[in-house]
Amino acid sequence: MEDAARLLQLVVNGAAAGCIYGLIALGFVLIYKATEMVNFAQGDIMMLGGFLAFSLIAHWGLNYWVGALLAIVITAAFGYALDAVVLRRVIGQPQFAVVMLTLGLGFIFRAGAGITWGYDSVGFATPFTNKTVNLGGLVLGQDNVSIIVGTVILCGVLFTFFSKTRVGVAMQAASQNQLAAYYMGIPVRNIFSLIWAISAGVAAVAGILLSPVSMIDVNMGFLGIKAFAAAVIGGFGSIPGSLIGGVIVGIVEQLAGYYLPAGFQEVTSNVVLLAMLILRPQGLFAERMGKRV
Amino acid sequence: MRYVFRTNYRQDLAVWRHRGDVFWYGLLLLLTLAIPMLMGEFYVGELGGVFIFAIAGVGLMLLVGYTGLISLGHAAFLGIGAYTNSVLLSKGVPFLITLPIAGLFTALCGAAIGRPTLRMSGLYLAIATLAFGSIVGTIFQKWTSVTGGFDGFAVPTPYVFGIPLDNATGIYYTSLVVLIFVVWLSANMLRTPVGRAMVAIRDSEISAQSMGIHLARYKTLAFAISAGMTGLAGALFAHYVRYLAPDAFDVLLSVQFVTIVFVGGLGSIRGAILGALFVRLLPQFIAIIRDDLPFGIGRMPGLEPSLFGLILVLVILFQPGGIDGLWLKAKHWFQAYPLKRASGGRRQKSYARSERLR
Amino acid sequence: MSLFKAEGISVRFGGIRAVDSVSFDVQPGEVFSIIGPNGAGKTTIFNLISRIYNSTEGKLFFDGQDITRTPPHRIAGLGIARTFQNIELFANASLLQNLLIGRHCHAATGVLAQMGFLPSARRDELRHREKAEDVIAFLGLERYRDTLIANLPYGVRKVVELGRALCTEPKLLLLDEPSSGLNVEETEGMGFWIEDIKKDLGITVIMVEHDMSLVNQVSDRVMALNYGKVLSMGSPRDVQSDPEVIRAYLGGEVEA
Repeated sequence: MEDAARLLQLVVNGAAAGCIYGLIALGFVLIYKATEMVNFAQGDIMMLGGFLAFSLIAHWGLNYWVGALLAIVITAAFGYALDAVVLRRVIGQPQFAVVMLTLGLGFIFRAGAGITWGYDSVGFATPFTNKTVNLGGLVLGQDNVSIIVGTVILCGVLFTFFSKTRVGVAMQAASQNQLAAYYMGIPVRNIFSLIWAISAGVAAVAGILLSPVSMIDVNMGFLGIKAFAAAVIGGFGSIPGSLIGGVIVGIVEQLAGYYLPAGFQEVTSNVVLLAMLILRPQGLFAERMGKRV
Repeated sequence: MRYVFRTNYRQDLAVWRHRGDVFWYGLLLLLTLAIPMLMGEFYVGELGGVFIFAIAGVGLMLLVGYTGLISLGHAAFLGIGAYTNSVLLSKGVPFLITLPIAGLFTALCGAAIGRPTLRMSGLYLAIATLAFGSIVGTIFQKWTSVTGGFDGFAVPTPYVFGIPLDNATGIYYTSLVVLIFVVWLSANMLRTPVGRAMVAIRDSEISAQSMGIHLARYKTLAFAISAGMTGLAGALFAHYVRYLAPDAFDVLLSVQFVTIVFVGGLGSIRGAILGALFVRLLPQFIAIIRDDLPFGIGRMPGLEPSLFGLILVLVILFQPGGIDGLWLKAKHWFQAYPLKRASGGRRQKSYARSERLR
Repeated sequence: MSLFKAEGISVRFGGIRAVDSVSFDVQPGEVFSIIGPNGAGKTTIFNLISRIYNSTEGKLFFDGQDITRTPPHRIAGLGIARTFQNIELFANASLLQNLLIGRHCHAATGVLAQMGFLPSARRDELRHREKAEDVIAFLGLERYRDTLIANLPYGVRKVVELGRALCTEPKLLLLDEPSSGLNVEETEGMGFWIEDIKKDLGITVIMVEHDMSLVNQVSDRVMALNYGKVLSMGSPRDVQSDPEVIRAYLGGEVEA
């Protein structure tokens, strides 16, 4: 009985961590589907979002919800500007140039955050910190539960946005066929910047949800590397796929940390990623395509 | 402007285009040979480090700049070379044997990682090599019986023909010899079918294939050669740092290698060397001007990596040809002076080429 | 004996039969054209021959050899070269390098000999240069010899692609829409190249083409396709007057 409870505990912890990976992966996928760029700085944008929330809530004393919302909006605006100012210029350059560009941006963000907020870990009080919820005898931390619930709500919002609103549908169209969308009068460039904004906003949500579980520090962006595993499992083109991928990675990581010797937990996500790329590079949910000549 | 009149196919094959090349590169060689006599120990050591990074840079250039495959895991290959060399050396194997073995073994590892990643293009390859690098980094930490784990271990002094290479000058000359060897190999490859096959794969896989190029074979080969050169660099790196610790071979080092390649100029061996010079000497330069910088920027902790990031971003945005491209532009400008071509410095307009398979 | 033969080849993509049991054979020294409306499966046939696609049914024979399952990189070595509809040159290499890549299947030395630039590699390399220069002279490309492909005009690139294919010393040349993107004069020039290739070099040509004047100028036989099926085969004149072919191009009902 105790084993089962522990297992369940591990699964919930893993799912919570996995939701974070999934949210970062979701940012990758949104941008990739639309622009064929991969944002290696996604994790660092999450870090910026977390620090912003810290400033607004802990420093300026804003209410948690107001501060979080404001942090998300500011980060989203930052994402929009990032695309409009920097990334638009490299359209047409080889994909790995974009990889290097975003990696470079990540370094700059980290340094910027270091200058602004310092290199120590920080945290702020949230309504979920150090509280538990009792589910039929199973005691779970509210922080973990809040991550899972927050992710589910966010997904619902995104789903409604993409399927019901004009802008959302335009985004889907632009992602599938830029040229056709352009001819239909969709302002493709602005749409792409908006997608960057959404993806940055999602990253900020991830950073804020994560803050009760782990502290915010300059290097938290390295979580982004684990999120790659999530995105790859999802086939790098599927939004639900990346979330499921994230949860899989999170749970496997927790289990590996508990059942395998020390040191394995850190590499689990990488091993899963490599195995996935070698055995099923198209992901669990995508179909294989071939180039036409 | 110099026009080369070719009267013989052999002229086309030569590495040097004309006598001027021979003269200037000969002068450069003499100068590099003389440096240990002209400069202090510290600078000789730093230049030795530049050579080591240039060796790895040339290796990575063959992969990224010529074959069009990216690797964010080359620090792992440097580490494999370093550990292979040092472990063998501590078992009593002479340096002149451990050095080539380090290169060959790393090449094998490169082939082993290259093989399964064949079907991956730009993005997936970047992610896969990133993962590979961090797995190997963890192995260095955890395989304590061989690597000494976090404690690391002291690298034994290598002997070449009975002479101990325990000072900066020894490492300097050894690295110089290996660098020249590696450049010679690359130049040979680039004027024979191997190198052209790599370029073909970079520019169009589908037509490379219909020209008879076995994609899997040449991609694996490119990975192996690139890794092997980096492994050689790793063996020398072990003696450069003298004490191996696993945290030296992290993602940041891999990114530094790719920075060498990008900042130097993609698709140019000379670029790889210029890039190494830049990337290695920049921190020294920062150290020199550190105290003179305003607002305490000089004492800011993350200064170096952020500067690398900034330079990388600026190069990709505004100077995709890298330092080598800048050099070519300047040379062209002086040669053509006072004539100017309006389009001379302008970049060619490039259009998005979808790498997503359709 | 025919040089090339396709026996009932079919390929299916999902539920669509892009090529549906097509059979034809090509005699040595012939120019054989494949025509048909867009999406008829012409390029797909080329991709089947150069083994980029696997056929679902049927067999392919070249020079008496079954090549139905030969790996794609061996095709050039057997003596089949091709060009591409939208030009697939190596854009960041010089014209000469592009032609030299065409010599790849004739490389006679190993990688190690090349890395060390041993005398054998040097001799081999001189031989390739000679052949590439021959092709440059044949196609009159001397002035662009050291130019990057990216800096060449479209019409010249088309010729370079032809030259690269010739460098493999093929017995069979597959030309995928050699006139697409060319103006009237350039198309005419292309027609003369194809005739020279056939007469002077004795190379058999299979060509996919839309431009009927070019087809009439050079073809010995023509095959018309629609929806992956053979509509008609024969001399250019016969095929063009075939009511089935006219209907496929112009639409309309079958006159029973």
